[in-house]
Amino acid sequence: MSATLDRPTSAIDPTRGARLNEKVRAERRLGWYLAGPAFAVMLLVTAYPIIQAVYDSLFDYRLTDPENSSFVGLGNYGVILTDPVWWTSFGVTVFITVVTVAVELVLGFALALVMLNALRGLRPVLRTVILIPYAVITVVSAFAWQFAFSVESGFVNSWFSWIPGVTAETDWFGTQGASLFVICLAEIWKTTPFISLLLLAGLAQVPDVLQEAAKVDGATWWQRLRRVTLPNMKAAIMVAVLFRTLDAFRVFDSVFVMTAGANGTETVSFLAYRQTIERVEIGLGSAVSVLLFLSVVLISALFIKGFKVDLSQARGE
Amino acid sequence: MSTREKVGWGIGGLIIIIYCLFPVAWIISLSFKSSDDISNGQFLPTVFSGANYEQILVGDAAGLFLPALVNSFGICLIATFISCLLSMFAAYAIARLDFPGKKLILSTALAVAIFPVISIVTPLFNLWRQIGLYNTWPGLIIPYLSLTLPISIWTLSAFFREIPWEMEQAAQVDGATPWQAFRKVIVPLAAPGVFTTAIIAFFLAWNDFVYGISLTSTEAARPVPAALGLFSGASQFESPNGPIAAAAVIVTIPVVLLVLLFQRRIVAGLTNGAVKG
Repeated sequence: MSATLDRPTSAIDPTRGARLNEKVRAERRLGWYLAGPAFAVMLLVTAYPIIQAVYDSLFDYRLTDPENSSFVGLGNYGVILTDPVWWTSFGVTVFITVVTVAVELVLGFALALVMLNALRGLRPVLRTVILIPYAVITVVSAFAWQFAFSVESGFVNSWFSWIPGVTAETDWFGTQGASLFVICLAEIWKTTPFISLLLLAGLAQVPDVLQEAAKVDGATWWQRLRRVTLPNMKAAIMVAVLFRTLDAFRVFDSVFVMTAGANGTETVSFLAYRQTIERVEIGLGSAVSVLLFLSVVLISALFIKGFKVDLSQARGE
Repeated sequence: MSTREKVGWGIGGLIIIIYCLFPVAWIISLSFKSSDDISNGQFLPTVFSGANYEQILVGDAAGLFLPALVNSFGICLIATFISCLLSMFAAYAIARLDFPGKKLILSTALAVAIFPVISIVTPLFNLWRQIGLYNTWPGLIIPYLSLTLPISIWTLSAFFREIPWEMEQAAQVDGATPWQAFRKVIVPLAAPGVFTTAIIAFFLAWNDFVYGISLTSTEAARPVPAALGLFSGASQFESPNGPIAAAAVIVTIPVVLLVLLFQRRIVAGLTNGAVKG
């Protein structure tokens, strides 16, 4: 970091030291001139709003009734944390996060293995199609899955009528369990490719020699997977899981499109949206936003400290 | 690899292709169903009809859809441009210069990338209303930077680190002026990275729904995803599903085209720097 200490010559020759110092300082200055604007904009669009949200969350403030805004301290948090609505949405969010990330990890790994081992001619095709779910916007993916399952316009009910309990009239969006199933399906479809690309990059770094050596030693495919492949790509796996967990935790689009939060499918993001934008309860909505933000910080801290995910290392620092 | 293994991986590949394309094929199929056909319970329409496209492009829904398309393109392109410009300078500094705070900038970018969008929306909703940015293009472009800027900085820094910068000096030694060295050597090397970054940033902005639906109220600024989410059909007796499917296909076409054209670069951009390499 401190470039001056790295240059012992500066201590010997004072005039040269001053010049070098000037050069180092100029470089530092230039660094901040160039990177500063981007840094400032990032802070402006996130740090400022979250500070404002913390401030707003301390008031009983409704947009349509600004006269009666009053300071309530942590009152909004008390209201939220004692309300079952919050805990339902929190539970739903955790459920969606855990289910989708777990399935995506296994499925994504399978996809990565196929992409790694597929014939040379097939590989570019696979790498192209795998990007399509990633590139399709979430709202469109949510609509596609919703329409497929809907009684009105879907084909799922007629295709799967051989499964007990599925009839032409099965309303997938009428119960909590079935709605969450379809929401998770849509999320998994859309985001597995991203995970599989990260895992593929990790797989490519497992040294071939290790695989060969294990093969020579008579290790089965499963043993090689567990003892050689997985430990060697731990960093890639953890980074993929962390990113997807945080992404899944703010799930909003699919819920909005498919159920609009009906039948106990409301997530934390949706709750914040409903309080702020629909009910214009700025105070309460801000408090939900702050709680969501704290959850995300907590998850990151847990991953980075608990599982020792070294992001700087994983990011090629 | 034995023939059996080859066939096995080949079948696996085929499953991936179906997996990725099936929902897309379904929404395309649905978009060609006429209103009588929507509820036929089948995957394919009995007759292909262009009625849904007609409705959103020239019919009743055009007033809702076309301005949203213009808004989306305009807002996303501007946001992408600004974040590429800012991150080009930042990434150059991170990749080439030695200055304290590099790590701070990269960590900040990471923190911003994982920031829950809805936590930004709440205060902005209030502030934008007060200062008149609610339901305007700048009112969306500014928060979109929180989506596009972090990924641009990360991706571009990773790309810029790979550039053999000494070639610039080599060119100057060979008699090129600094400007020539920059234009003829560095720009061609850096352009693919900048371009890839722009595509990925554009994807993120194009995909946004939370900002779009929270910070706009009319077609003056509402982007396509939000318009889709709010579209409820020409009349209450008509299912909106067909026109929504047609609109969904239209907004999907540009991104799929980008993917097909620049597949290799996008994969490199997404994973470059995500894993040590």
